[in-house]
Amino acid sequence: MTTLQVQTAFKTYGKVEALRGAALELGAGEMLALLGPNGAGKTTLVRAIAGRVRLDRGTIELLGEALSPASPRPALGVVPQEVALYPLLTARENLEAFGRLNAVSGSRLRERVKWALEWTQLAERSREPIKRFSGGMRRRLNIACGILHEPQVVLLDEPTVGVDPQSRERIYDMLSGLRAAGTSLLLTTHQLEEAEARCERIVILDRGLVIASGTLGELVRKTIGDSRDVTLRVDRPPRTPLVGFEADGADTTLRARVADVASDLPALLVRAQAAGCTIEDVSVRSPSLQSVFIHLTGRELRE
Amino acid sequence: MIATLMRVAWISLSRDRVAQALTFALPIAFFTIFAAVFAGQDMRTTPRVEAAVVDQDGSEYSRRLVMALKADRGLEVRTSHGRRGEAQTPLDRARAEALVRDGAVPVAVVLPKGMHVGFGPAEGAPPVELLSDPSDPVAPQIVMGLLQKAAMTAAPDLMVRSSLELFERYSGPLSERQREAIAAWEHVLRVQTAAQDSALRRAETEKDGGQPTRAPQDVAGTTDSGPIPVRVVDVMGEKRENPLIAFYAAGIGIMFLLFTCTGAAGSLLDEVDSGTLDRVLTSRAGMTGLLIAKWCFMAALGVLQLTVMFSYGALAFGLPLLEHLAGFAVMTAFSAAVVASFGLLIATASRTRAQLSGVSTIVILVISALGGSMFPRFMMSEGMQKVGLLTFNAWALDGFIKVFWRDAKLVELWPQLLVLSAFTVAFLTTARLLARRWEAA
Repeated sequence: MTTLQVQTAFKTYGKVEALRGAALELGAGEMLALLGPNGAGKTTLVRAIAGRVRLDRGTIELLGEALSPASPRPALGVVPQEVALYPLLTARENLEAFGRLNAVSGSRLRERVKWALEWTQLAERSREPIKRFSGGMRRRLNIACGILHEPQVVLLDEPTVGVDPQSRERIYDMLSGLRAAGTSLLLTTHQLEEAEARCERIVILDRGLVIASGTLGELVRKTIGDSRDVTLRVDRPPRTPLVGFEADGADTTLRARVADVASDLPALLVRAQAAGCTIEDVSVRSPSLQSVFIHLTGRELRE
Repeated sequence: MIATLMRVAWISLSRDRVAQALTFALPIAFFTIFAAVFAGQDMRTTPRVEAAVVDQDGSEYSRRLVMALKADRGLEVRTSHGRRGEAQTPLDRARAEALVRDGAVPVAVVLPKGMHVGFGPAEGAPPVELLSDPSDPVAPQIVMGLLQKAAMTAAPDLMVRSSLELFERYSGPLSERQREAIAAWEHVLRVQTAAQDSALRRAETEKDGGQPTRAPQDVAGTTDSGPIPVRVVDVMGEKRENPLIAFYAAGIGIMFLLFTCTGAAGSLLDEVDSGTLDRVLTSRAGMTGLLIAKWCFMAALGVLQLTVMFSYGALAFGLPLLEHLAGFAVMTAFSAAVVASFGLLIATASRTRAQLSGVSTIVILVISALGGSMFPRFMMSEGMQKVGLLTFNAWALDGFIKVFWRDAKLVELWPQLLVLSAFTVAFLTTARLLARRWEAA
């Protein structure tokens, strides 16, 4: 079941085309990664879904209902990239404030606040002003404030930026819990390893358009194919440039992409030895999301 | 290294318009305002004083005195009342006192019946009454000085005759020859006086639109220091021990309320920076709800702040707060409302917290100076007083002064309340329009 659907979204700021027909779908209980270089249109798209940007053209449907910027979105939770909390309020007071702003009150509010404090592991420090909290604690509370009203769809903009590995693990554990409960999550991130490891599907946006979407395997097949990345570590740089390698003459790490490991790898090894190198290590792996991303969006800076 | 750091500081200043305004524009603005207030356009002049004059004597002398007062360029004299275009009725004492009490004029001169019979209290001439409003301690001093000057110059022939009568009463009659000589001198004085009368009428006609006259250098400070006795009457009653406390409580209170509310409204910009505003706007609270919440909070904070200020004034300086509780409550509520809306306006017009801080400091200090928070508006020139009325804080201060000085009833506060309400609505509407930039783009 599709919980969120964006179709042919267009948005222009002056002469800048931020969105040029972007489209995506989010299924129930799915965690979808929205990737793209800086300026690709991710933030504009997420803000449009949240009702903070008015599209020039296109439609947004949440749980089957078309949305305008002014439409109420009780089924949507938004977790901004910034720690958008009141610093002088305690964790509990922040949760209560954002709960009330999202029409949660009375005993339900008390229950949800209690649940959120346990979920974020902040119960013991719930009465401290959050300005004393670490970055990871604030991030967890930031997420909790966005989902206190039990939305069915949650937009998370870089939820793990600037936190240590332990906090990152904890945050993804929290998000996994939400998914298990049936909540759909749309995640924007620059942490490609996280997207690769945690998200079921990936959407890559570039220059306002979705240029690829699917599971990692699908993306690899559609872009790079079934090839594998081979890396050789040798004792010295080869005497002459080696055919088939991404070689730079002075490097002792040689990279190549092979379509058929069984037949192509021995040939590579022979060529390296013929070039006077002693092979110290060999690794073979599937192309990463990073490879797909660079393959699709190129290497040039976008800022 | 020092040169590099100085260069960085200079470049930063050259790119920070608010810092430039605080460094250069604000001092000049303040200098201009203070210079205009305390010196007018000419360092040697004081502003024209409005005065009501009641002629109960109806004598030749009092008539000439009134004419001399009317002709004086330092005074704006009213001798009658009535609506424009209708028949004017000469002022009586009660009406003149009401004008002073209501703040229409700061001082009234009552020339009592029998004042022409002689000079000085010893001769039984009743004293001239100067009905004064203690909220303006300067005006009675100016009027008293000008009154004594007029007394000396308005009717020299009558003054000579009166003096000679006194002389004969105490020293014996003059000889026939002396009488003839004095009669001849009196004739000269009458001719001169007639010419002076004519000149006074011309001066009175030409006065409107003229520049204020040079202030008297040595104004009469006591009731017996001139040729005619003067009794100063405080029409607001003698009960006030610290008459300026109410003025300063309101003035300082409103000024700091402005700082408080612009600071509180700055939380809006903090929320923009932190992303909290975005988050709030994605909840069920819209921008209108957010602004109303902030306005209500700031208005309540303002009420609390003014209440603390006036309560302290009552406890420490005897400000009659309890006697004027209703008027205080109404003026406090309306003042807090307008100041809160002003805070929102400034905040929504600013792009950053730093800009808000700089701009609000400049604006608040300027409107506080113009509106009378720093020094009473009656000390300003007529033009500056009119400019002051363009600021909402001047109307708020006028309202508090009406309550605490003039014992005004609530219904009498309607002009101030109407203007403050209009400012509030205008500020809130503009703030709402400016806040649209934070809504869905």
